[in-house]
Amino acid sequence: MSDEKKDAAKAVAPGTGATAQSTTEVALEAGAQGGPEVARTPLDVVDVRQGLFGAHDSGDTSGYGGLVTTIVMPGPSERPYGGWFDEVVDVLAELLDESGTGYANAVESVVVDRGELTVNVVREHVVEVAQHLRDDQDLRFELSLGVSGVHYPHDEGRELHAVYHLTSVTHSRTLRLEVAVPETDPHLPSTTSVYPANDWHERETYDFFGLVFDGHPGLARIEMPDDWPGHPQRKDYPLGGIPVEYKGASIPPADQRRSYS
Amino acid sequence: MSTTRPAPHSTGHIVDDETVGIPSFEASGGDWSDIAEEAARLGEERIVVNMGPQHPSTHGVLRLMLEIDGETVTEARAGIGYLHTGIEKNMEFRTWTQGVTFCTRMDYVAPLFQEAGYCLAVEKLLGITDDVPERASIIRVLMMELNRITSHLVCLATGGNELGATTIMTQGFTAREEILKIFELISGLRMNHAYIRPGGVAQDVPTGGVEATREALVKVEHYLRQLEDLMMANPILHLRLKGVGHLNLAGCMALGVTGPMLRSAGLPYDVRKTAPYCGYETYDFDVPTASTADAWGRVEVRMEEIYQSLKICRQALDRLDRTPGPVMVADKKIAWPAQLAIGSDGMGNSLAHIKEIMGTSMEALIHHFKLVTEGFRVPAGQAWQTVEHPRGELGVHLVSDGGTRPYRAHFRDPSFNNLQATSILCEGGQIADVVVAVASIDPVLGGVDR
Repeated sequence: MSDEKKDAAKAVAPGTGATAQSTTEVALEAGAQGGPEVARTPLDVVDVRQGLFGAHDSGDTSGYGGLVTTIVMPGPSERPYGGWFDEVVDVLAELLDESGTGYANAVESVVVDRGELTVNVVREHVVEVAQHLRDDQDLRFELSLGVSGVHYPHDEGRELHAVYHLTSVTHSRTLRLEVAVPETDPHLPSTTSVYPANDWHERETYDFFGLVFDGHPGLARIEMPDDWPGHPQRKDYPLGGIPVEYKGASIPPADQRRSYS
Repeated sequence: MSTTRPAPHSTGHIVDDETVGIPSFEASGGDWSDIAEEAARLGEERIVVNMGPQHPSTHGVLRLMLEIDGETVTEARAGIGYLHTGIEKNMEFRTWTQGVTFCTRMDYVAPLFQEAGYCLAVEKLLGITDDVPERASIIRVLMMELNRITSHLVCLATGGNELGATTIMTQGFTAREEILKIFELISGLRMNHAYIRPGGVAQDVPTGGVEATREALVKVEHYLRQLEDLMMANPILHLRLKGVGHLNLAGCMALGVTGPMLRSAGLPYDVRKTAPYCGYETYDFDVPTASTADAWGRVEVRMEEIYQSLKICRQALDRLDRTPGPVMVADKKIAWPAQLAIGSDGMGNSLAHIKEIMGTSMEALIHHFKLVTEGFRVPAGQAWQTVEHPRGELGVHLVSDGGTRPYRAHFRDPSFNNLQATSILCEGGQIADVVVAVASIDPVLGGVDR
């Protein structure tokens, strides 16, 4: 499954692969945000699906098997972002430029989707960004609502994402910081020095995803037993479960049942 | 990591290389004086006591590791994970609609809040937030506020019980019982309702449901007045609770503590006011606070919040009387195809719907089948939705890959976060105060461990 997705993601990466020409065009069209063609960013392809019904374990009985759908995550947004988003990004950019880090070095992209602001941050600078967001009087994201992880096995070199949810009580605002790291080097700095609340949340994310938060005061497993092998919320970790006998029939576990996507 | 991994087992060995030679005792009740004598004979200065995970005063399977000096707690740590059931992982293998039946089981004392938060997040991903019928939103508010009352009653009742005040317990649970009957009447179940669904609610309030709820609220208020009389002027409670489990506003903000604990420190932060959902901005209610930042302040805040919830419930009931209409979005690609009805063999799909799909419309049958087996697709992206849970701010982070199942569902449970404050609440106090301090956090381990 994950291999399939990796292949698909490679096939629709702009400028590569002549075999999947039609897919590439579809994907580019879907991802075009009205910006100039040269500045086009690679698409965040989640999946490329065939057919109309999302069933994978049967032949093409419907005749719709030739349909190809490229699933793309919402891409980087162009200014103006709207509402208070511009102000927050402006202030953050000013602070990062002043400190010598540089906005362009710290922030990969800004995504505005469904009325929510996501700031994709380079892992080296996540602590500094969090510090600015917490301390500046125009930002004041004092309350951290924790960290959650997401595993995108097909997103090569950026498989593991840590997602921070910050709230400003002062301004009644909420934003999301997102940091992507490769599975082979799942290290990122701990934000507990800025938000002590993230202590247990980072432990949980480590426990379930194997993200290593460097500088955390005690990065131990929190939900699973200390000697548990593997990180259960990763996509390649099986759900487990055994078939259930009921009235003579055997019902397979949830991850082995027929499923649709 | 070595290539040969140990086989997983439920807990680590008690005896390993690091603990060899350190005396340990297992208390099984009634033998405390023997253990104390033996400990005194050994003359160890540092004594670590495991309180829980099986202990009646830790609200479920919470394990507290207390380092004590006499009766004083010098270090307190909380160990969790004994009720981890992998609900978030399981949700990735079920449809968006089935997800409700899983997340309702997280914090089982306040199940409707997980349902509401999850459904609001799914609706945000689908972009149908404004299409949810008004009647459905009113029913959601009514159910959530009733649930807030039951949850706070459980907190006050068990908190009293842990101090030996069994009458507080029976009184609180008697009041809660009235609301559980209403839950059963409206949703069919006393807990694990799976009543709030993406797009609306599973079924409308049954005939007579509004009146029954009104009558129940009168009874609840009656019991609540008795409970208030019993608790609020009780000198023993004052002595046990005042000044215990102190956590000021700065501490709350740093530790991300929300809910009654934060409000007991004086900040009127309530998601229902700061980022309203389900139309909370149109209801008239106050956000109670206290200034003492201790266990007593939290009791005061919870007691007052129950009255505010009663106020919201009455407004919601009045609106239900004058707001007819559907309780599910009109979009047939998302709305669950059948409405539930009571038949001769119990509750199930309505006979009218069965007649339509089995007798008159093959397309309706196909539609029903596809929506129930496949589920609906949710456009790719992520959403974050918070609701004011009885224990604080509940956050739901959902990621969709455009499929029929959540790609990732994460619940930021308030009790999980608030338990981080255990150390700061307990250290320096007496062992008996640990019970009070933990009760004032009001953790529910089903939500903590998920």
